[in-house]
Amino acid sequence: MLHFIFRRLLLLIPILFTVSVLVFLILRLGPNDPALSYLRLSQIPPTDEALATAREFLGLNKPLLVQYLDWAGRALRLDFGLSYVTHRPVLAEILYYLPATLELAGVSLLLTLLVSIPLGMWSALNKDCWPDHMTRAFAFFGVSMPNFWMGFLLVTVFSVWLHWLPPMGRGGISHLIMPAVSLALMSISINIRLIRASMLENLHTRSVLYARARGLRERTVIGVHVFKNSLIPVITAIGMHVGELLGGAVVVESIFSWPGVGRFAVSSIYNRDYPVMQCFLLLMVVIFVLCNLLVDICYAAIDPRIRLAGEGNR
Amino acid sequence: MNFVPRLLQRPLSRFAVLLACIILVAAFFAPKIAPCDPNNVQLELKLQGPSSDHWLGTDHLGRDTFSRLIYGARVSVGSVAAIIVCILVMGFCVGCLAGYAGGRVDAFLMRMCDVFLTFPTFILAMFLIGILGTGLTNVIIAIVLTHWAWYARMIRGFVLSFKNRDYILAARVGGASRMKIVIQHIIPPVFAQLVILATLDIGHMILHVSGLSFLGLGVTPPTPEWGVMISDARQFLWTDPGLIVYPGCMIFITVMSFNILGDALRDALDPVIKEQNS
Repeated sequence: MLHFIFRRLLLLIPILFTVSVLVFLILRLGPNDPALSYLRLSQIPPTDEALATAREFLGLNKPLLVQYLDWAGRALRLDFGLSYVTHRPVLAEILYYLPATLELAGVSLLLTLLVSIPLGMWSALNKDCWPDHMTRAFAFFGVSMPNFWMGFLLVTVFSVWLHWLPPMGRGGISHLIMPAVSLALMSISINIRLIRASMLENLHTRSVLYARARGLRERTVIGVHVFKNSLIPVITAIGMHVGELLGGAVVVESIFSWPGVGRFAVSSIYNRDYPVMQCFLLLMVVIFVLCNLLVDICYAAIDPRIRLAGEGNR
Repeated sequence: MNFVPRLLQRPLSRFAVLLACIILVAAFFAPKIAPCDPNNVQLELKLQGPSSDHWLGTDHLGRDTFSRLIYGARVSVGSVAAIIVCILVMGFCVGCLAGYAGGRVDAFLMRMCDVFLTFPTFILAMFLIGILGTGLTNVIIAIVLTHWAWYARMIRGFVLSFKNRDYILAARVGGASRMKIVIQHIIPPVFAQLVILATLDIGHMILHVSGLSFLGLGVTPPTPEWGVMISDARQFLWTDPGLIVYPGCMIFITVMSFNILGDALRDALDPVIKEQNS
């Protein structure tokens, strides 16, 4: 098992390296001049002289390779430079906002699993009866719902009409309910369909037939033989959901004025604050990749086939 | 092949086909259907309720909401159509090349895909738009760049599974060139499966386009786009909730009808695919 984890960690290095090159190149080769953004955000008139000084200061005159090595070397030491807007270290700023985003995304992920697994099972075990129809209708509804619109509808009903929940800001659990629900709805719906399909598939395997023939109780058959095997695609999907939730969080944060990193990132994009954009994108990739790694490890822990297949190829 | 009757077998899919047709008609003939010019600003008529002149009232600049909704269909459907075509072309080029050439080419292209798949899609799209600038074309480019890798991988998988079929071997023995084999014998069967996958993804992409526009990182404000309309209307949430409800309904209905259509298409084509594969 340790071997498996180690091998997966090694595989991350080339991928993260390529990602960093890509993040760097997209910005440098894009149609905009970082020096110009720097001057604009520092409110210095962009004369030729000022541009030359800014280029010199930001190191934009050096060859691209040297610039990349400089940037990557400092990034490895977690120094992503200073924001063009606030002139403070970028990483410190992002880390200041990050906990709020992780809280929102984490609660949404938890909500996704807690709601979708029971509903998906319920739907599969009552195939073509009313629980199945209702759950599937709900899933269809959720998949088609834009999360930002859902947010506004919730605000209209629960804040404007009923005055039950606060419409914006971060605080106790009551502040978390509406953002988390609008963020998680899509993942919940996708997951329900996934679990239903995978349960139905597993219900008709020979191992289940054999378990029934052995006279095991229905609860044991479903719990041990069907449920455990049905979890495998669900675990794989968690990695995908993390990506969706991180992206969706940006939108949801802007509706509920949630003080997270997404709003900070969107304003940095409006301002073309390059150091913040680079750091944000890299950080999101690292979080996404690490979650996927964790998922793979869980996956290998549950399903020995994965672990052993890797060993065999060596 | 009794494909169409099978597609229309269930009432739900008939309903979805009908809705999708209505949306497509609205998108194509928007100038004929819309009662007013969607960008005609009449400040003296701002924030009016429904009337015979303006069926769904007017927005904060006095523009006709109903006309803007109809033109919005044009933007959403048009951009998604462009996105799907670009992704399929790119996916087929990369997927067929990787799957059929194999070896180093395959390894290189698939590593490229891996890199693109390590980015959370929405965040990468935001970032690309930040660099390219806002506007419809840039949104299309950003979404194509963030989604092509997944399709390229799927297509490569399909190509690999078709590559060693007997009929392909027969074509090869018969002296057909590689190009001809790919175009005549591999692309057609793969294409049917890809269309289903793409239909299932249409809804997702509409949500992406409108989500980006909502954030102000997509289609720019005077254009009548549903996400932009919701974003414009948010300051009137407390006084005129209708302005937020209508465009949201349109997104929801469009996405839902394409999702149902995708499912129905898959169910209708699935037996055919199974027959072909067995």
